[in-house]
Amino acid sequence: MSIQERLYMNLVKDQRWMYLTDGLLNTLIITVFALLIGVIVGMFIAIIRTTHDKTGKLKWLDRFCRLYLTIVRGTPSVIQLMIFYYCIFTSRIFSGIFVGSIAFGLNSGAYVAEIIRGGIMSIPQGQMEAGRSLGFNYVETMRYIIIPQAIKNVLPAIFNEFITLIKETAVAGYVAVQDLTKGGDIIRSRTYDAWTPLLTVALIYLVLTMFLTSLEKRLERSLRQSER
Amino acid sequence: MSANKEELILNQTTNTIKDGDVLIDIRNITKKFNDLTVLNDISTQIRKGEVVCVIGPSGSGKSTFLRCLNRLETPTSGQILFEGSDILAPDANIDLHRQKMGMVFQQFNLFPHMSILDNLTLAPTRLLKRDKKDAEAEAMELLERVGLPDKANAFPLQLSGGQQQRVAIVRALAMHPDVMLFDEPTSALDPEMVGEVLQVMKQLAEEHMTMVVVTHEMGFAREVSDRIMFLEGGSFVSEGAPEEFFAHQENPRLRAFLSKVL
Repeated sequence: MSIQERLYMNLVKDQRWMYLTDGLLNTLIITVFALLIGVIVGMFIAIIRTTHDKTGKLKWLDRFCRLYLTIVRGTPSVIQLMIFYYCIFTSRIFSGIFVGSIAFGLNSGAYVAEIIRGGIMSIPQGQMEAGRSLGFNYVETMRYIIIPQAIKNVLPAIFNEFITLIKETAVAGYVAVQDLTKGGDIIRSRTYDAWTPLLTVALIYLVLTMFLTSLEKRLERSLRQSER
Repeated sequence: MSANKEELILNQTTNTIKDGDVLIDIRNITKKFNDLTVLNDISTQIRKGEVVCVIGPSGSGKSTFLRCLNRLETPTSGQILFEGSDILAPDANIDLHRQKMGMVFQQFNLFPHMSILDNLTLAPTRLLKRDKKDAEAEAMELLERVGLPDKANAFPLQLSGGQQQRVAIVRALAMHPDVMLFDEPTSALDPEMVGEVLQVMKQLAEEHMTMVVVTHEMGFAREVSDRIMFLEGGSFVSEGAPEEFFAHQENPRLRAFLSKVL
């Protein structure tokens, strides 16, 4: 079979390309929501943990966060996903996309937390002291002085996590989500051609992650302004 | 007490304090790090308009003493009254007191992610709710005073050490503090940049700013200060006006120290 015929059979015939576009849309929805949840959760955990490390306050919250990190980082994300879908959110008013967003978000949050915590710890103590000595309280100093610098330092690691997250959502098919990977799978089962749908799916993931990488480069460049 | 009320009272006390009145009353402060006693039952008073230099060998507790004054370190025991209120009290709003106590660090500690202008306007706009335009205009005046108006839009890491320290001084001044605390402000500088920073400090002293300066610059201490205090082993071993301080020193430990640094 020629390449044209293969492409026609896998993508065009019976509007099969829609498996991929619908799947891509679902993958993007899960990724974006998981990303948001991950960043918010991660930021909270990072601030709680560094506050505890520096001041000794928030002891119980810190313990809870550490337990959370241990569990999330110590078990496979696909198992976490299935626990959420089959054990916790058992009512089927919760779609796989909803459960997936939450599961991947909470998973990603653990990694983002440690990345941001590393970033906060990398800012010299003098920055906190300078902020406090001007009269800013702890939270204001964090917000205006420490966090902006920390984020800048961890940008490459954060984007690395985002890229990992996009690819990790490929297991969303386990909880009945028709994501990009699942879409390719369905085409393969219809056409009995493995090469074409799998390569197409891989190519789409590649484009997505390359886009993220270029976004990171641009962000980094605009933030590096202050070092010239 | 609500923050606003406290602020009101702070402002009132500020207005009633005249040159020569006690601004900071340090009463029997002791600071221990675990078993190590860094400050041992220290008492002294800083008067408004006074320039006090704290000297002493390294490890003598000079920086710890200074950092206790704005509670960057919390004394283990004792009292510090700033403008009449006890800043070590559990219910004291230390953030409000710190707005009135400028601090300059050995390592400058400018905010590297902000332009010089933003470094100067951040605290006045956020804490004093100053209008951005006003704050910027005043920041430019301050930069003018230290000879750096052309650096307003530069970033800290593009400046030399001496320039950064001058910016750090005016960043503190932008809050209109009642006292300026200097923690070895010239120790991290190349020798040729020490002068420009001392010049700014001297100018401040001439304008009757209350200053507490931890320093190794004996020339500055002799020329500018009203009082020199020699700290060793966590206690003030000797203190006095510069002429008498340097002229006749009976204390053998101070003599030994001065013979090394002069």
